[in-house]
Amino acid sequence: MSKPVVATTSLAGCFGCHMSLLDIDDRILQLIDLVEFHKSPVDDIKTFSKMCDIGIIEGGCCNSENVHVLQDFRKNCKILISLGECAIMGGLPAMRNGIPVKECLEEGYLDGPTVDENKKGARIIPNDEELPMILDKVYPCHEIVKVDYYIPGCPPRADLIWEALVALVTGNELKIPYEVLKFD
Amino acid sequence: MGRKITIEPVTRVEGHGKVTIQLDDAGNVAQSRLHIVEFRGFERFVQGRPYWEAPVLVQRLCGICPVSHHLAAAKALDVIVGAGTGDGLTPVGEKMRRLMHYGQMFQSHALHFFHLASPDLLFGADGDPAIRNVIGVALEHKDLAVQGVMMRKFGQEIIRATAGKKIHGTGGIPGGINKNLSIAERDEFLKGADPLNIDKMIEWSQAAVDFFKGYHAQNKDYIDNFSVFPSSHLSLVRKDGAMDFYHGVIRCIDADGNKLLDDIDYQDYYKHIGEEVKSWSYMKFPYLRKLGMENGWYTVGPLARCNTADFIPTPLAQKEFEIFKAYTKGKPNHMSMHMHWARLIELLHSAEVIKDLLNDPDLQKDNLVVKGTKQKEGVGLLEAPRGTLFHHYRINDNDQIEMANLIVSTTNNNEPMNRGVNFVAKDIFTGKKEITEGMMNRVEMVIRAYDPCLSCATHALGQMPLELTLVDSNGKTIDQIRK
Ligand code: SF4
Repeated sequence: MSKPVVATTSLAGCFGCHMSLLDIDDRILQLIDLVEFHKSPVDDIKTFSKMCDIGIIEGGCCNSENVHVLQDFRKNCKILISLGECAIMGGLPAMRNGIPVKECLEEGYLDGPTVDENKKGARIIPNDEELPMILDKVYPCHEIVKVDYYIPGCPPRADLIWEALVALVTGNELKIPYEVLKFD
Repeated sequence: MGRKITIEPVTRVEGHGKVTIQLDDAGNVAQSRLHIVEFRGFERFVQGRPYWEAPVLVQRLCGICPVSHHLAAAKALDVIVGAGTGDGLTPVGEKMRRLMHYGQMFQSHALHFFHLASPDLLFGADGDPAIRNVIGVALEHKDLAVQGVMMRKFGQEIIRATAGKKIHGTGGIPGGINKNLSIAERDEFLKGADPLNIDKMIEWSQAAVDFFKGYHAQNKDYIDNFSVFPSSHLSLVRKDGAMDFYHGVIRCIDADGNKLLDDIDYQDYYKHIGEEVKSWSYMKFPYLRKLGMENGWYTVGPLARCNTADFIPTPLAQKEFEIFKAYTKGKPNHMSMHMHWARLIELLHSAEVIKDLLNDPDLQKDNLVVKGTKQKEGVGLLEAPRGTLFHHYRINDNDQIEMANLIVSTTNNNEPMNRGVNFVAKDIFTGKKEITEGMMNRVEMVIRAYDPCLSCATHALGQMPLELTLVDSNGKTIDQIRK
């Protein structure tokens, strides 16, 4: 029987969830035996060339490209998992949700104590065809596409990620203890 | 007919950064840019939060080196709570933080070398991309992969013991630390079952340095000539000029080694450093104010630290440092690929420092926190794995953050990374009709040498996905490669 195929991506996240996946340590070698990695930062595959069994999403959506890739994952993965607080509820980046984007940009590029004095008059805020569109707020993944499973934590602890993946791949039900159901 | 090449190191869709290269009619590189396409708005959205939240909030900018952000924020808050500027903490407070920080340096450098750089060295820049990644290393060089995994694990365990959690911990608090190290925890690191003890880590670190030197001896041309350009270098150094990742004064040298800044108290960093905004990137361009943007840009990170420091205060790393310095006859080293060499020397140094700290009885003391007279404003600096990290906060009468300014390591390297990309692009694309996968990988490799934290994280796990498009001057695609 062929191995289940797994794809992963990081949207508006800090990569801590992927790092926590690496924190399964030597079990990573077992994981390579258990599943086949498709499109993921861990390898060189850039576009989907086949249907995947499991898609793992870190981070919510803060710009148009995040939305694009999330929809691409939904289309190409049978099961979609929101991994960590950012994917599940926007996380730290969503702290900007109550604030107009304009104010965030002005603080970063016009008002800081190290922003070029001479150029302050020029009021440059990055804006270029190469830069994706910033969304009005940061969206959790399930507000953009249907999400099948949620793994909580910021980041979810490595043991939980490992057990959840093994449960999915082997078809056994996963019992998450109450104290693990939290967002830190 | 001019052409435009777009390389998205972290694919368009995964979007943290991408490269565009513009070729003129003659096929020469007219312009190249590394765009950082991600915007968070951190400086604004922390306004109004209680100041003590900063160390736990800010680290969520980066899950690869969260400890650096955690501690840079804590150091800035030390100033705000009146505990002084880095040397005012109790011995247990400062040393627990140092242990946490050097543990982080150790795990991050191990990750960088084993998971990221080693595939290029083991399989070659033109190696089969299907195996030229960390999984390929795991399948074909299992011993090396196991070493990488275990070294990273050791560093992460140090972080857990000092910060409470491997990723996004809570150990650093304004004025000190919230726990000390128990004897049991200490002994686990000193005498843990093979390979998870500090002596094994030092042995493996030395082996990693030796591996690089051996590789270098075999591939001198390639390692020495891949992206070389003169640059100033900036870092913190200890007051006496020693390498120090946690605390010190700002030093900056020019391309010939002359001191541009020395012995600068970092509370004054903004008097010396400015940032230019460019329309095509969300990442600003820092420079020394006295020289202006054109001449004042500088490099930070492992190579910069080995260039600015006078010596390394641990014996094994100092020996390697002397070999490293002798290679350029004591002059600053400008070879981008030597960043890996410098990084491994620092890996060894970190392991030695961790051992010294573990043997220090101060870590079991109980006076964890220092209190003082509240200040309105504070700056925290340290050397993160990828270079100097600046945090600056001001608070109001209600203890809420009123202003936050961050210059992260990768931002400091914005201009040098752009220059590195330009160097390699000129070298490999000029006059070429066809694009090969190996050519694209070389552009990745120069960015990868800096291990940038923003565009970044993706490649820390292996190869960066790439997309490269050739368009004619009407914008019509004439060639496209993906891998
Ligand atoms: S959930 Fe936490 S660890 Fe994961 S990406 Fe978000 S901030 Fe980082």
